Amino acid sequence: MFKRMQKTLKRDWQYWLFLILPLMYMLVFNFYPMAGLQIAFRKFTAKGGIWNSAWVGLKWFEKFFESYQFGKVISNTLILSAYNLLVTSIIPIIFALIFNCVEKPRLKKTVQTIVTLPHFISTVVLVGILMQIFNSRVGLYGIIYEAITGEYPKDIFAQAGNFRHLYVWSGVWQNFGWSAIIYIAALAGVDTSLHEAAQIDGATRLQRVRYIDFQHIKPTIIILAIMNVGKIMTVGFEKVFLLQNDLNISVSELISTYTYQVGLVESNYSYATAIGFFNSVINLVMVLTMNWVARRVSETSLW
Amino acid sequence: MSKNKSVGRMRVKKSGNDRIFLAVCTVVLVTLMVIVLIPLLNIIASSFSDPKAVSQGKVWLWPVDFSLDSYKNVLKYDSVWVGYGNTIFYTVCGTSMNVAITLLCAYPLAQKTFAGRKMVNKLLMFTMIFSGGMIPGYLLVKELGLLNTRWAVLLPGLMSAYNVIITRNYIETNISSELQEAARVDGCSPFKFFIHFVLPLSKSIIAVITMYYAVGHWNSYFNAFLYLNETELYPLQLFLRDILVNSQFDSSIIDDPEMAKVVQSQAEALKYSIIVIATAPLMCVYPLVQKHFVKGIMVGSVKG
Repeated sequence: MFKRMQKTLKRDWQYWLFLILPLMYMLVFNFYPMAGLQIAFRKFTAKGGIWNSAWVGLKWFEKFFESYQFGKVISNTLILSAYNLLVTSIIPIIFALIFNCVEKPRLKKTVQTIVTLPHFISTVVLVGILMQIFNSRVGLYGIIYEAITGEYPKDIFAQAGNFRHLYVWSGVWQNFGWSAIIYIAALAGVDTSLHEAAQIDGATRLQRVRYIDFQHIKPTIIILAIMNVGKIMTVGFEKVFLLQNDLNISVSELISTYTYQVGLVESNYSYATAIGFFNSVINLVMVLTMNWVARRVSETSLW
Repeated sequence: MSKNKSVGRMRVKKSGNDRIFLAVCTVVLVTLMVIVLIPLLNIIASSFSDPKAVSQGKVWLWPVDFSLDSYKNVLKYDSVWVGYGNTIFYTVCGTSMNVAITLLCAYPLAQKTFAGRKMVNKLLMFTMIFSGGMIPGYLLVKELGLLNTRWAVLLPGLMSAYNVIITRNYIETNISSELQEAARVDGCSPFKFFIHFVLPLSKSIIAVITMYYAVGHWNSYFNAFLYLNETELYPLQLFLRDILVNSQFDSSIIDDPEMAKVVQSQAEALKYSIIVIATAPLMCVYPLVQKHFVKGIMVGSVKG
C-alpha cells in the first residue's frame, strides 16, 4: 500500500504541484467556513471565536423553529422560488420552439443578439432600470398610464403584492433569451429527414413542433426541471435584497435575507449561522435526491 | 443556427395553415424582441434628453430636446469615476488570478493517469453543492484581516468549481491521449506539456472562462457590500446601488456647492446616463464575442 503510494507520488508529483494552490484555496475558502458551521451549536463570543465559544447544543435551531419568522421566511422562499422556477423554465422553451420555426436567418440572428443582451446587465442596474421604468411620474410606465387615464398610477414598489411579479418577470425579461440558447442549439440538431417524412405524410408545422421538435428536446427539459427542483430552497440574495423595502418586507423576507439581517445587521452570528446551516442541509438533500431521480429517469445526471 | 433545414423543406409546398402558423411565429418573435428593446431604448433616450424633459416625464423612446447635460453632470460626479477605476482594477486583476488558478486545477484533473484525480474531483463537486454560508464566510474574511482591503473582493470566489469543470472537460476531449503519450515518450514532462501543448490548444476555453469571470467581476456587488466600508475601495456597482436603488447622491463628495444643487435637481436624468455609462462596455463588446459565449454554454452542458 505505502509502496504503491510512493510510486504514484513519484510519477505524479508534478500534477500535485499544479494542485497546491487550488487545494490550498479550497481548504481556506471552502472547507474552513464549513468548520465555522460549528458556531451554530455554540454561543459565539468574540473572545472564544469559532473553536472555543461555549457549546449550547441545538438552542439556536430550536429558537428558529419556534420563532414567528420561521413559517414566514420558509413559505416566502418556497413561493417565490416555485413561481420563479415555473415561469423561467417554461418561457425559454416556448421561445426556442417558436424561434426554431422561423426561417429567416437574418431576422433570427438580430433577435437572438438582442434578447440575450439583458443577461449582461448587473443585478444592481437591473433593479435600477426597474425603478426608473416603473417610476410613477417620470418612468415609461407612469407616462403611458397617465396618457391613457389622465392620472398618475400608484407606486408599484409600495405594494407588497407586486414584489413577486416584479422579481420573476424582470428575471424573465433579463434571461429568457440566454436560457433558450441551450434549447435552440439542441433543436438545430433535429434530423431533417424526420421533418421531410412528416411533411410528406401531411403533418402541419404545428404538429411537427409537437411531435418532432418538442420530443427532441424533452430529455433536456426533464433534466433541467429535475435539477431546478433541487434548487427550490435557494433564491439568490442579491436581487431580493435590492428589491426589499419596508413596505414589502412581509413577502420579501427570505431565508437568505433573514440570515443577513440576523447575522450581519444584528450581529447574532450563532443564530444566523444556524439558520443558514438549516437551509444548506435542506439544499444538499434536495440536490442529492434530485440527482438520484435524474439518474433513474435517464442516463444524465450532474455526476 | 438551423439554416441547413430550409433547403430540404422547400421542395414540399407549404399549406395555407402552415403559412399562417409561420407568420404568427414571426410576429411573436418580433414582439418579444420589441419587449426587450423598449426599456433599453427608453433608458438611452432619457439619458440623451434635456434633464428638464426627463423630470417632467416627457421622454418615450426618442430623446426630447437632445442634450448631453446628464453626461456632463456624471463627468463631474467623482464617486462614479472612483468606482469605475476600482471596477476596472477588480476585473483585470481578479480575472487574471481566476483564470490562472482555474487552469492550474483543471489540467491535472483532466489526466486520466493521475492517481489523485477522483478524490480531488469529489472535493470540487462537494464545494459546489454545500458551503459554510454567509456568516462563516464573513468570519473567515474577518479572521484573515481582509475586511476593508481589496483582497476581500478578489479572494472569496477566486476559483469557481463550475468553470474548473468545463475547462477540465474541454481539455479532456480536445487534447488526445495519443498526443500526450507521444510527448511523454519523447521525454516531455507534465510541466512542459502544459506550457507547450495545453495552453495553446485551450485558447477557446480560456476565452470563454475569461469572459465569464470578467462579466462576473464587472457586475458583482455582493463581496464588496459585505466586506468593504471605505468608499475609496468601492466598485462601481456599490455606488450604483446608492444612486439607483437608494436614491442617495453623496453630495459631500462633490466639492462645488452649485454642482451639488444641480445633482439634486437633475437626479432623475442623471440616473439614466449613469445606467448607460455603467452598462455600455459590456453591451458593446457582447455582440462581437457572442459566439464564444454560446460555445461556453455548449461546453458546460456536457456532463461534468
